[in-house]
Amino acid sequence: MNAEQILFILFGAVSLIGAIAVISFRHPIYSALSLIVTFFAQAGLFVLLGAHFVAAVQVIVYAGAIMVLFLFVIMLLNLGTLSVKGAIGTKLKGFAIILGILLAAEGIYIAMNALNDTAVASAEPAAITTTTYDIGELLFSKYLLPFEVTSLILLAALIGVIVLVKRDSQEENQNR
Amino acid sequence: MENFPLVLIISSIVKILIIVHLLLIGVMIMIWAERRVSGWMQDRLGPNRVGPQGLLQPVADGLKFLFKEDLIPDHVDKPLYVMAPAMLLVPALVAVAVVPFGSAITVFGHEIPLQIADINIGILYILAITSLGVYGVVLGAWASNNKYSLLGGLRSSAQMISYELTLGLGIIGILMLTSSLSLRTIAVEQGAYPWQWNFLIHFPAFLAFTTAMFAETNRLPFDLAEAEQELVAGYHTEYSSMKFAMFFMAEYMNMIVGSAVTVTLFLGGWHFFGLENMGGPVWSGLISFGIFFVKTAIFLFVFIWVRWTLPRFRYDQLMNFGWKFLLPVALTSIVVTGILWITTNSRLIVGIGNVVSAFIVVSIVASLLVMKTPKPAIQDSDNRLTPSALDAIE
Repeated sequence: MNAEQILFILFGAVSLIGAIAVISFRHPIYSALSLIVTFFAQAGLFVLLGAHFVAAVQVIVYAGAIMVLFLFVIMLLNLGTLSVKGAIGTKLKGFAIILGILLAAEGIYIAMNALNDTAVASAEPAAITTTTYDIGELLFSKYLLPFEVTSLILLAALIGVIVLVKRDSQEENQNR
Repeated sequence: MENFPLVLIISSIVKILIIVHLLLIGVMIMIWAERRVSGWMQDRLGPNRVGPQGLLQPVADGLKFLFKEDLIPDHVDKPLYVMAPAMLLVPALVAVAVVPFGSAITVFGHEIPLQIADINIGILYILAITSLGVYGVVLGAWASNNKYSLLGGLRSSAQMISYELTLGLGIIGILMLTSSLSLRTIAVEQGAYPWQWNFLIHFPAFLAFTTAMFAETNRLPFDLAEAEQELVAGYHTEYSSMKFAMFFMAEYMNMIVGSAVTVTLFLGGWHFFGLENMGGPVWSGLISFGIFFVKTAIFLFVFIWVRWTLPRFRYDQLMNFGWKFLLPVALTSIVVTGILWITTNSRLIVGIGNVVSAFIVVSIVASLLVMKTPKPAIQDSDNRLTPSALDAIE
C-alpha cells in the first residue's frame, strides 16, 4: 500500500463521514459545517487525481463562497434544531423511499462493476497533472460551446437578480 | 539522486519550522510595533518598560493570556465556540506555504528553493485558503450567542465576500502577463529593477488589491466587524484568555501573509537592483531572503500607518466603495490589460492604459453617483444648530 492509497482511503473516509454527518446532525449549522468537511475531502481526492485546479476551485467556490452564504442564511433565519417528523412531509416519504432504493441499486451496480473490471482498479490517476493551461486550451477549443452557454446562463442569472432587486426598490419608492 | 526524497523531506521540515516560527515571532513583533508606532504617531511613548524599548512586552502579554482563566460562558454553543479561534488561525498559518521567500539556497550540493511548496496553482491556493478565514469569524460570532457578536460576524462575512471578488480580479491582469499561477514564476518574471515590477504595470489593480486586502484582514478603515463604539468588541466579545489571543494572532498573521503575497505579486518578490544575485550560491539565497523580509516589513509598516491615520468607514460607504469603485476598477484593468497586451505587446502601454482607464472609470462612477443621489430635502431650519442658535442656547 503506497502513500497515495493511504491518502485516498483517508480522504474517502473523511468525505463519507462528513456526508453522513450532514444528514445526521439535527442542527443546520453543524450540517452545513459537515458539508464543508466533505467538500474539503473531495478537494483532497481531486489533488490525488492530479487535478489541482479543480481542487482549488472546489474550495474557493463551494467551501469559500456558497457555504458562507448557506451559513449566513441559517444564522439570519435563526433555525433551531429540526425534528425528523417536522422535516419530512408524508407526501415526500414515498418519493424518498423510491429515490433511496434507486441510489442503493446504483451504488451496488458500480461496486460490482468495479470489482469485475480490473482496468478501473488499476488505472494510474496521478501520473498526469492537469494544469490550468490544459484546462484553458480545452475550454476554448473542444468545449467552447458548453463554456459559452454556461457563461450565458450566468449572465441571465445576473440580469435576473438585478431585475428582481430593482423592482423591489421601485415599489418601495412608490409606497413612500 | 538516490537520496533525493530524504533531502526533500528534511529540507521541507526545516523550512516549515523556520517559516512557522518566523510567522509567530513576526506576530509578536508586529504587536509591539503597532503599539510603539501608534504611540509615536500620537505623540506618546507606548510600552517601553519590559525589555529594551519594550520589546519583551508581547512576551509578557502572551504569558498573561496563558495564565488567565479560560472562561467559557454558559450560553454559548460549546463545540463551535472552542473551534472558532482555531478555524481563523489555521488558514492564516497554512496560507504561507506557497509564498516564495527567496530565490534558492545551495546546501551540501542540493539546491533548495526558499519556499515550502511550489505548486502550479499557487495563487488560487492562497485565495482558497484565505477565503476560509471567514468561518472562524462567523462561527465564533454565532456560537457566542450574543447580539453584538452576531452583528459583528454578519458584517464581517458580508465585507469579506464583497472584497474577495476585488482581491481575485485584481490578480488576473498579472496572470495574463505572466501566464502562470505559480507565485515563484510570478516573482521570477518581474525583473530586478523597480520599474519592471508589476505594481507599475497594473497600478490600479495594485491599489484595488491592497485596499481589498485591508478589508480582508479587518484592519482599521474596514474594521466594522469589531467597531468598538458600536459592537463592544464584535465577534470576539465573549472570548477571553488564550482563545481571544488566537483571534488576535490570526489578525496579525493574516497581515503578514497578505503583505508577503503583495510583495510577491506586485513588488518584485526578492528582487532589488540585482543585489539578490551577489555572493555565492549560499549568500545570494540569504540576501534574497533578506530583501523579501525588508520589503514585507515596509509593507507591514504601511498597514500600521494606515490604521492610525484613517477613520473608519460607515457601513454603506464600505459597501459602495467595494462594489461601485474597487470592483469596476479591477474589471476594467482586466479588459484593458488584455486588449493592450495583445495589440501592442508593450508593458509600458499596458501600464499607461491601465491608469488612464481606471481614472475614466472612477470619474464615470463618481459622476453617476452624484447625479443619482437625490438632493437632501430641505430640513426645518429651526432644528439646525447654527452658530446663532448656539448663541441663543447659551
